[in-house]
Amino acid sequence: MRAMEYVRPATPAEAVATVAARPGARFLAGGTNLVDHLKLGVASPETLVDVRRLPLDAVETYDGGVRVGANVLNSDLASHPLVRSRLPLVSRALLAGASGQIRNQATTGGNLLQRTRCVYFQDVTTPCNKREPGSGCSALEGYGRYNAILGASPACVATHPSDLAVALAALDASVVLLGADGERRIPFEELHRLPGDDAATDTTLGPDELILAVEVPTTEAARRSAYRKVRDRASFAFALVSVAGAVRVTDGVVEDVRIAWGGVAHKPWRARRAEAALVGQALTADAVRAAVDDELGAAETTPQTAYKVPMLRNTTVLTLTQLAEEEVA
Amino acid sequence: MTVEQQTTPLRVHSVGSRLDRVDGIEKVTGRATYAVEHGESAGIVDPLHVWLVQSTVARGRVVGVDSRAALAHPDVVGVVDHTSSPRLADTDNGELAILQDAEVHFRGQIVALVLAETPEAAREGAALVEVSYDEEPHEAELREDNATHRPDSVNPDMDTDTDEGDVDAALADAAIVVEQSYRTAYEHNNPLEPHATTAWWTEEDGRDVLSMFDSSQGVHGVVQALAPMLALDPDQVRVRAPYVGGGFGSKGEAHAHVMAAALAARTTGGRPVRLAVTRQQMFALTGYRTATISHLRLGADADGRLTAIEHRVQEQTSRVREFAEQTGSPARMMYAAPHRRTSHRLAVLDVAVPSWMRAPGEMPGMYAHEVAMDELAVSCGVDPIELRIRNEPDTDPETGKPFNDRRLPDCLRRGAERFGWSSRPSEPRATRDGEWWVGTGVASATYPAMRMPGNAARVSALDGGRYAVGIGCVDIGTGARTVLTQIAADALGVPPDHVDLDIADTRLPPASVAGGSSGTSSWGSAIVAAAQRFRADHGDRPDAGVETTASAAADPAAEEYAFHSFGAVFAEARVHRWTGEIRVPRLLGAYSVGRVVNPVTARSQLVGGLVMGLSAGLFEESWRDPRFGHVVTQDLATYHVASHADVLDVDAEWLDEADELFTPMGSRGIGEIGIVGTAAAVANATHHATGVRVRSIPITADRFLE
Repeated sequence: MRAMEYVRPATPAEAVATVAARPGARFLAGGTNLVDHLKLGVASPETLVDVRRLPLDAVETYDGGVRVGANVLNSDLASHPLVRSRLPLVSRALLAGASGQIRNQATTGGNLLQRTRCVYFQDVTTPCNKREPGSGCSALEGYGRYNAILGASPACVATHPSDLAVALAALDASVVLLGADGERRIPFEELHRLPGDDAATDTTLGPDELILAVEVPTTEAARRSAYRKVRDRASFAFALVSVAGAVRVTDGVVEDVRIAWGGVAHKPWRARRAEAALVGQALTADAVRAAVDDELGAAETTPQTAYKVPMLRNTTVLTLTQLAEEEVA
Repeated sequence: MTVEQQTTPLRVHSVGSRLDRVDGIEKVTGRATYAVEHGESAGIVDPLHVWLVQSTVARGRVVGVDSRAALAHPDVVGVVDHTSSPRLADTDNGELAILQDAEVHFRGQIVALVLAETPEAAREGAALVEVSYDEEPHEAELREDNATHRPDSVNPDMDTDTDEGDVDAALADAAIVVEQSYRTAYEHNNPLEPHATTAWWTEEDGRDVLSMFDSSQGVHGVVQALAPMLALDPDQVRVRAPYVGGGFGSKGEAHAHVMAAALAARTTGGRPVRLAVTRQQMFALTGYRTATISHLRLGADADGRLTAIEHRVQEQTSRVREFAEQTGSPARMMYAAPHRRTSHRLAVLDVAVPSWMRAPGEMPGMYAHEVAMDELAVSCGVDPIELRIRNEPDTDPETGKPFNDRRLPDCLRRGAERFGWSSRPSEPRATRDGEWWVGTGVASATYPAMRMPGNAARVSALDGGRYAVGIGCVDIGTGARTVLTQIAADALGVPPDHVDLDIADTRLPPASVAGGSSGTSSWGSAIVAAAQRFRADHGDRPDAGVETTASAAADPAAEEYAFHSFGAVFAEARVHRWTGEIRVPRLLGAYSVGRVVNPVTARSQLVGGLVMGLSAGLFEESWRDPRFGHVVTQDLATYHVASHADVLDVDAEWLDEADELFTPMGSRGIGEIGIVGTAAAVANATHHATGVRVRSIPITADRFLE
């Protein structure tokens, strides 16, 4: 019989030490993704290290930003007054994701570390490089409506599903990590990775590294921000595409702009080329369109994903021009 | 002994009133027991748990089942495969004849069963069974060039093809011709309660008896399917289904897992087994609706009066068992046209077995037909409602009989008034509200009114003026238990709380399936017959203990008429001009369905059908990967049904009427008509909003991007 051990450490350091000491151990937080994978046979850890009750559930200010503990529930974070007033993008992105029940269970750290979604990853009877490295990618020529169009590789075309992550990518957040070698801090954009030839690895974290918190700068741009998620179904669906946008216009020209996309890549996609193209320009629909097309020059589509290019272009134009109009108003 | 009784129309008191669900408290308090929840009080002691091992190839032969690792699991007690399974006496039903040979007919087929002390151990044991295959090339994709097989008949026993007049000549002469093809996606029924069965074998009077609790739409049908295969007489199989969490047709017939439970239980020395199908397994094992390709040709004069209707259907069946959806059938009776032709051709594929899904035939067929009618309305410049009224037939075009009660124009007019149709711009792409294009659409709905043979009911007098009424039908969540109580009460002339209704057990008088929108009509008529016969035999003050069992005699007068229900569905669609997202803020169905027995449960049926039609129109798609042969969107995260946020102002209403020629209650069926035409109304509304005609469902955001 496959026995699985469940442990509940008292401190983050103990949690990290436990995972470091046991090969095949995994952190368990809200369980909204990992427990599914246990049932489906996608994941089979030997030890579950439950970090859900570690005291990492504070939302507090620090100089220049808001620090969110890894165990803050999605629903609590979305409704927190600090977040709603200073980081509305985070609140909107969270509320665009999952369902009320799942947001009540899912944590901040767990949301960021959920695996990429793909029907073949979840079906152990089909080849998948993420599940079984070297077995092949079934999605390349299979069901592809949700596949990546940016930064994909022949090894994997899955997309990262988190809405929160798209917002945090736009806001230049940092992630505070604890590992066996101590604490470190990385830019949010470096948390997730593109698949390259290693589809099995979604993030840059070491196997024993635990997210303690996310730090989000509260800039002026962060207050003038919007999250637009496009999906067929009005609720409880992953993004076809999503756009996190923030912009500051001074004297009619763009002084600061942030654009991050969801539903298009193995990680939240910060559209830095598009941002650079817009800074110093008047924020017109044509300018945004040209900037988006510049970024999407690298996009690779199939008949099933071709729609994402115009959808993303339109949605980005809509999001940024509406922000600019609100600012004028 | 069952006698035949000619019924007379019911004098209604409770029928037509809003009686609360008689089993509502049991359900909302969790006391209602479903198929694998029965315990010691029902005789289920120390059960074993069964997990299904499914094939991972689409076609071939099993060459080895290595169960050593599974059997080494301390809680696994057995593995059954095709070499060790009990033998069946009859293997004609290829879907049910599991584990009888090494052949693999589709990916996901049951190739072994694991029995264990706990469900977890059974599941783990199933993962430990190593099955090896000799794989053969398979075909799992429906295409226009491979859907060429002509079935002998289409579901349930209709003509495959029809041809009247000269369609080609009429089309050549027609002032206006609409010629288009329309596609619908594979759809899975997905009732809330997955399929599940508890089974156990006992010996009674020296004979084997198989007992089951099964999540089924018809317990007698399960006996009829299983008993001959197991070489049992019908009275050696007892099936009960006291509570069932939905079916939508997928529980209308026993599927392979029911046989799996029976076979597994045969190997346990009498211990009961529980078998619960998972949501993912349902996508391979419990039926689905075929994808369809409808080639429509409509010919009309300049005023939109149809001269020719042609509906050629291409769809698929499974190689292991044929099921031909009657998609072309509504074109045979819906509108007047002297020249009409329909046909059905199938691709015979190495895939899971398709089956009934809510309104088989009418749902995909009327989707295609009613979008084509909308295209015709645009082509002739005639209002879509007026177009339909102009094409009302005087008699049933299919049979030539008069319709008993065809009130489609009344439904169209009443719905139009309530929906505000008169203010609709005739041109598409005429209304924008902010970033949203706004449009409205209409479609007709129809469903045949059916009464099934083989129903009987038993009425017994109890003490205190109370009565026991028994019939072996199943309430799958529709409210059948409630409306039959009302019917029995009125038929006996007592209040509903004087009726103890007993259902869902094959030891009760026989009842037909909860399907084809025929349940209340068929079972209710039997109850009325039994009650009227009971009163004739025993009077108004019967001694406790006397009883009568009767069935309803056929009414020869009814043979002279064609019985159908009709409706009109109205939808408002908003399509986002930049993202293509579609939202449906308003959906209304107006129906002619005879007398409504209970407005509360009826409204749930009709609104539920409308929501399911909306869901099919915009979301539902089982995506089969032809390389593997199975559906890969095999859970509710990837097979999207409408969420609450998609269901906004949805309402159903009905005409005040009674069809006493059809049933003594005056009612016709309402289970399926709500899904018919709904996807077309939504599709037509998206065209009116945007000017873009999408000819396949589901209609998704990417279809409207510029």
